[in-house]
Amino acid sequence: MTTMQKLLQLPVNAVNMVKTVQSQVQGQEEDKSPVLSPDGGQHSWYSALQPDELRHLRSGGTGGGGGGGGGGGGGGDQEERSALEDGGGSGGFQSQPLRHDDLKEMLDSNKDSLKLEAMKRIVAMIARGKNASDLFPAVVKNVACKNIEVKKLVYVYLVRYAEEQQDLALLSISTFQRGLKDPNQLIRASALRVLSSIRVTIIVPIMMLAIKEAASDMSPYVRKTAAHAIPKLYSLDPEQKDQLIEVIEKLLADKTTLVAGSVVMAFEEVCPERIDLIHKNYRKLCNLLIDVEEWGQVVIINMLTRYARTQFLNPNINESLLEEGGGGEKTFYGSDEDEDDDDEDDKEKKAEAATLAKRKPYVMDPDHRLLLRNTKPLLQSRNAAVVMAVAQLYFHLAPKAEIGVIAKALVRLLRSHSEVQYVVLQNVATMTIKRRGMFEPYLKSFYIRSTDPTQIKVLKLEVLTNLANETNISTILREFQTYIKSMDKDFVAATIQAIGRCATNIGEVRDTCLNGLVQLLSNRDELVVAESVVVIKKLLQMQPEKHSDIIKHMAKLTDNIQVPMARASILWLIGEYCEHVPKIAPDVLRKMAKSFTNEEDIVKLQIINLSAKLYLTNSKQTKLLTQYVLNLAKYDQNYDIRDRARFIRQLIVPTEKSGALSKYAKKLFLALKPAPVLESPFKDRDHFQLGSLSHLLNAKAGGYQELPDWPEAAPDPSVRNVEVPEWTKCSSREKRKEKKVEKPFYSDSEGESGPTESADSELDSASGSESGSGSEESGSGSESDESEEGSESEQESEEDKEEDKKKKKKELKKPVRESESEQSSEEEEETKREKKSKQRKSDSESESDEEEESESESSQSESEDSESEAEVKKKKKAADSKPPPKPVKTENKKEKKEMSLLDLDDFEPSPSPQVTPVNTFMSNSLVTDLEGLSLSDSVLSSATITPSSASKSYELLHRITGEGLSVEYCFSRQPFSPDGNMVAVQVQFNNSAASETKNLHMEDVKLQCGMRVKEFPEIELLPAGEAATAVMGIDFCDSTQAANFQLCTHTKKFFVSIQPPVGELMRPVFLTENEFKKEQGQLMGMNEITERLTLDAKCRNEHTIVQRVTTAANLSRVPCGSDKECRFAGRTVTSGSLVLVSVVTKEEGAAQLTVNCEKMVIGTMLVKDILLALTQ
Amino acid sequence: MIHSLFLINHSGDIFLEKHWKSVIGRSVCDYFFEAKEKAVQPENVPPVLQTPHHYLISVYRDKLFFLSVVQTEVPPLFVIEFLHRVADTVQDYFGECSEGVIKDNVVTVYELLEEMLDNGFPLATESNVLKEMIRPPTILRSVVNTLTGGSNVGDTLPTGQLSSIPWRRAGVKYTNNEAYFDVIEEIDAILDKSGTTVFAEIQGVIEACVRLTGMPDLTLSFMNPRLLDDMSFHPCVRFKRWESERILSFIPPDGNFTLMTYHVSSQNVVALPVYVKQNISFLETGSCGRLDITIGPKQTMGKTVEGLTVTVHMPKTVLSANLTATQGNYTYNLATKVLVWDIGKLNPQKLPNLRGSLSLQAGAPRPEENPALDITLKIQQLAISGLKVSRLDMYGEKYKPFKGVKYLTKAGKFQVRT
Repeated sequence: MTTMQKLLQLPVNAVNMVKTVQSQVQGQEEDKSPVLSPDGGQHSWYSALQPDELRHLRSGGTGGGGGGGGGGGGGGDQEERSALEDGGGSGGFQSQPLRHDDLKEMLDSNKDSLKLEAMKRIVAMIARGKNASDLFPAVVKNVACKNIEVKKLVYVYLVRYAEEQQDLALLSISTFQRGLKDPNQLIRASALRVLSSIRVTIIVPIMMLAIKEAASDMSPYVRKTAAHAIPKLYSLDPEQKDQLIEVIEKLLADKTTLVAGSVVMAFEEVCPERIDLIHKNYRKLCNLLIDVEEWGQVVIINMLTRYARTQFLNPNINESLLEEGGGGEKTFYGSDEDEDDDDEDDKEKKAEAATLAKRKPYVMDPDHRLLLRNTKPLLQSRNAAVVMAVAQLYFHLAPKAEIGVIAKALVRLLRSHSEVQYVVLQNVATMTIKRRGMFEPYLKSFYIRSTDPTQIKVLKLEVLTNLANETNISTILREFQTYIKSMDKDFVAATIQAIGRCATNIGEVRDTCLNGLVQLLSNRDELVVAESVVVIKKLLQMQPEKHSDIIKHMAKLTDNIQVPMARASILWLIGEYCEHVPKIAPDVLRKMAKSFTNEEDIVKLQIINLSAKLYLTNSKQTKLLTQYVLNLAKYDQNYDIRDRARFIRQLIVPTEKSGALSKYAKKLFLALKPAPVLESPFKDRDHFQLGSLSHLLNAKAGGYQELPDWPEAAPDPSVRNVEVPEWTKCSSREKRKEKKVEKPFYSDSEGESGPTESADSELDSASGSESGSGSEESGSGSESDESEEGSESEQESEEDKEEDKKKKKKELKKPVRESESEQSSEEEEETKREKKSKQRKSDSESESDEEEESESESSQSESEDSESEAEVKKKKKAADSKPPPKPVKTENKKEKKEMSLLDLDDFEPSPSPQVTPVNTFMSNSLVTDLEGLSLSDSVLSSATITPSSASKSYELLHRITGEGLSVEYCFSRQPFSPDGNMVAVQVQFNNSAASETKNLHMEDVKLQCGMRVKEFPEIELLPAGEAATAVMGIDFCDSTQAANFQLCTHTKKFFVSIQPPVGELMRPVFLTENEFKKEQGQLMGMNEITERLTLDAKCRNEHTIVQRVTTAANLSRVPCGSDKECRFAGRTVTSGSLVLVSVVTKEEGAAQLTVNCEKMVIGTMLVKDILLALTQ
Repeated sequence: MIHSLFLINHSGDIFLEKHWKSVIGRSVCDYFFEAKEKAVQPENVPPVLQTPHHYLISVYRDKLFFLSVVQTEVPPLFVIEFLHRVADTVQDYFGECSEGVIKDNVVTVYELLEEMLDNGFPLATESNVLKEMIRPPTILRSVVNTLTGGSNVGDTLPTGQLSSIPWRRAGVKYTNNEAYFDVIEEIDAILDKSGTTVFAEIQGVIEACVRLTGMPDLTLSFMNPRLLDDMSFHPCVRFKRWESERILSFIPPDGNFTLMTYHVSSQNVVALPVYVKQNISFLETGSCGRLDITIGPKQTMGKTVEGLTVTVHMPKTVLSANLTATQGNYTYNLATKVLVWDIGKLNPQKLPNLRGSLSLQAGAPRPEENPALDITLKIQQLAISGLKVSRLDMYGEKYKPFKGVKYLTKAGKFQVRT
């Protein structure tokens, strides 16, 4: 079969490629069998079909040209042969419609099983590279098929052929568009996946729209799919780049691990140059890394390596200084030579660095440390690609002293598949040139087994050679000795070269090596001898005078050795050192002249060289020989040789014409030549990012992103700071806790809470001073031994929790002591610094090369030291982090506990995790607490009319923080005229400062997705002591999330936020009693919330009830026949969902409160609010 | 990233192709065939090849080439690791990874490939997730499918992909709840002619077979975790916990998986279970040679050595072997020049010995190198490093599972130079 197939193969491929009709026919015929034979079940179908089939075979005459369709398939052997027997006919055309009718019929049938069978056969054709494109119309009809497997297979088909049949493919688009709206996230995702995989340019706008929509989908899985779709669209239409970058930017901000890997991949494909998009997400990516799936990890780590190269300083910049200071590192790095190499390598750089370092000692950026620390555990990944990615990150980014950790992991990969070994060894080879020391302990792991594939052997040899130094050379040479006897001749040749390199690099063993190589000259294998000659030639060049006997020995070899390179080498040696072997040299030339015409070109050139050199030194004996050789060369076929002969003749044979040059002929030919340096082919490969394809090929691959050089001065690190307003931060933490329940894996209590928590703490300090956040962060990144580190990290996480608690406690107290803490923070810093220095003395281990390390360690141990201190620190940090105090916050904090029970998912327009559900709605109970009796003052005049004057005001900016400017806001409950979907917010400014305030306006509005704000018109001037009022509109999207913005005056900016109580998110509507009942009837079940309560003693009459309810929520009263019941109605402002409230009173203050609302979250919250209002 | 995949059999036929982006013609494989021709042995085909417009990255597994085509920069290990994952998945689904099996299940394989990559970027590679989407074929199911016209594609979409524990499928139910762990250690060693150890180390792996209902949370602890030097974990293992307490804590995937691999710290001297006395010589005159191999127990910790075999890759000039074995039997493959001596159990009282003569091609020069001996062996119920599991606990579920730990020592790359 094999020969037959091989014979068939080429024509078949050709046929396939041009997609002739014949091959389609044939293809299908043979495709049948593999699908049908496996599951025994299909046999019935097969036999039913058989007569038909046979008919086709016969009637078709088949065979189109030499049995087209044999291509690669063994399965279709039978058919193939029959096709052949039929002989190449031209009847293929006839059979084609018939054959496909058959499949089409099946596709058109009502039975899913038939459709499925047909699709299976079609997919099998595709899998084997057969053309099935003419079935497109029949297949595309089934795109909306109910059967999920048929559907899947149709998708497979569509993706494969849509590009070829663009018009027909459009028929399927509406199905996907429908799918995009499906309530099931998986269907949405798969619709987007297929839609984006169809490479039809017409639908680019549709794709764009779908991607944009999916990017803000609430399901992270759909968002992930959107991220995958981005590069697809980009490759289809690069002009969409700008829009796609927007989507990428949005998705980069996503906080789920599911999305992270995919979006970074999209980033790398679409806009790898937009490194600025990473800034804000850098810390988050670092912290998420461990939880991201393995493929995503690889992409993220590679990207972050590049990022770090642009943003941080070279950690090894002042290593020269350190080396001078303490020799501690030298023992670690083994040989001095290594150091010397390095010194030479970047001598200039160091000189520069040294001066620089003297001025400013290197301190590692805490973000740099964060990256190193968070990637380190991934060295333990089972995925070789992840391990390699981390290894290259450490190689390119870590301080010299820390790189060692990757060696062990890389050596582990050598146990893996041979392809993995191949790639890893290439990278190890590059690393060993720069940093030999780190692999030296693992020398024996690179020993070669006779069963290794040759390419692995050669690479291991390379590594062994790189690792050789004075101390281990004897062991290595002994190993090499074993290798030379190997049966694998390519490998032996490589070993001989390796010996040569060892000899040149290490002076002590040069003679030993040379002797060994000379012994090899008597080897029976010619290849071995030839290789030895070449290497010996290189070695002899270093000290020729000592070794004339070796040269003599080699001269004798010319009789036997036939390998051109070796012959050429010997001739060159004899010519070069003809003075050392004056007797033999002319004889060799004689022999060579005799065989000149039969030699290879390279040998001929050397014969000419030899003759020239001999002519110059010993013209008496060799003049005739030389002329003979030159004459022979003159008529050689190779123009190089003719050229050379002509050139040499002019030079050495003095004639009248030849000018001054011939005088210098001897100088020209017998100049002292520098000895060649035997270099590793892996030298300088590290300018490619390790682990990359480009590195492996030692050539720039398409799409390769250069690894940038370290910047001279670090760019502003504050770009990575993420501003997180206090309230979001707290609630996000709360949310994360909740998430832990569903995500018990990495985030379980002590397990991995570290990174996530620290993410938070980092965010906390982010807006604060840089150094503050840094020292906190880089705590456990130190190089302590493993067990120690382990226990440390445990403590750390516990500590984290404690800190958490404290933090909460503290935050409650905070507003009170805000001002003092701010003042005292400086003092604290001082004490801290003192501590630090003490710590440093005690902790000898932390005397490492970076100050940073000791600093961070001390700050950490400090927090371990005593609780109070930690608290102090926290306090300080918090004080740092948010200059303007927001008293309103306090209330929110208290409310948090109960609110976290609610899942607010359907409440948010887009619950991507950073859109933290807000528990921050204004609790009325607290408001009343604060406002005391003021509530009763605001009397509601009428029960049926919406009270507008009753609105209560909230503080937006306190007089003290606002430096005299105080701002309050209230919900005026007036319709906001410019936009009906907005809640009107009345803002009252009071300037109690001595000076006037100008240009009051809003800026930098930060909103959750979907929210909108209509800013109030700028107030140009607010004189001292005056007050002004403005109205703004906010569309809260029916959520209680705050609108954050900056309030700007001509001198200052204040961060403020407006949060609506749930009751303000609705507007009153007028309903009749009947309408109310009808609507209420429709909002039963889940939409109805009933609560029993006991009314407050003061509030048992109808009037008070109405008053309190309408104060709590912006509703209007619905007339009611019964005096025991009060009814209210309203609609939410944005979506207009109906909100119905009824309070039924019973004896002795007992009452029942019912809220009906489509939006369950609003309903739930409203019940609480009203409940509080009524029971006060 | 990964543009296309071609599966190529030993004789160079492309029997499956899959494109994740636009279609790339098969002719691109010609560059690969060229390299394959040049390499003689399939193991020697360079894994990464450069062609004018593409890069070819291939792996060789189970006599099949998995050849992927990429167009732009991509970490080569990324692709290689993925291709091996494809082979693993096929193996996992159909019990073996061979041309026949793939051809028989071509549609399922194609669907799997479709799920594993999206636009060339890995999407779902966890076997638990894949099995929820595309059910592996079983005899029962194929019968049922035939009768009902059902399919292998799961009708409910998998939840695993969406959860934060992507490696475990949801709703696992078993009547017998059991968790088995196999601690398998392999000795890698190179012994020189005189029997002294050039290099020896122990590599271990813990294979698990966990069939537990619900969402169990397991912890596995060792008596002597200090022995472990370097390890890699399945993603399910909580790394922090290991770092701090040296306890493996994890929510296991359902079914078989590799929990961890480890390397025993090099400070410990590796106890070799056997010693080998050998003498292979080729006479200068006359075309014959002598072979004499004896194997004896060295440090077996009182256990019996089983499954002992010796493999010798003879020089090409060795025509035949005329040997006698005191125990077991030997075969000499004339085509591949491989001598295999299958000994079986090692009897300490009567040491197995193989001796006799080798006949060489007349006139051919004497082979310079004596062939190396590759040794395989097995010792049941022993972890040669001394590693011991102390306990296995389960949290999160109420039932009492059946737990079992098995130890096994094997020879890994155990080579004796002669």
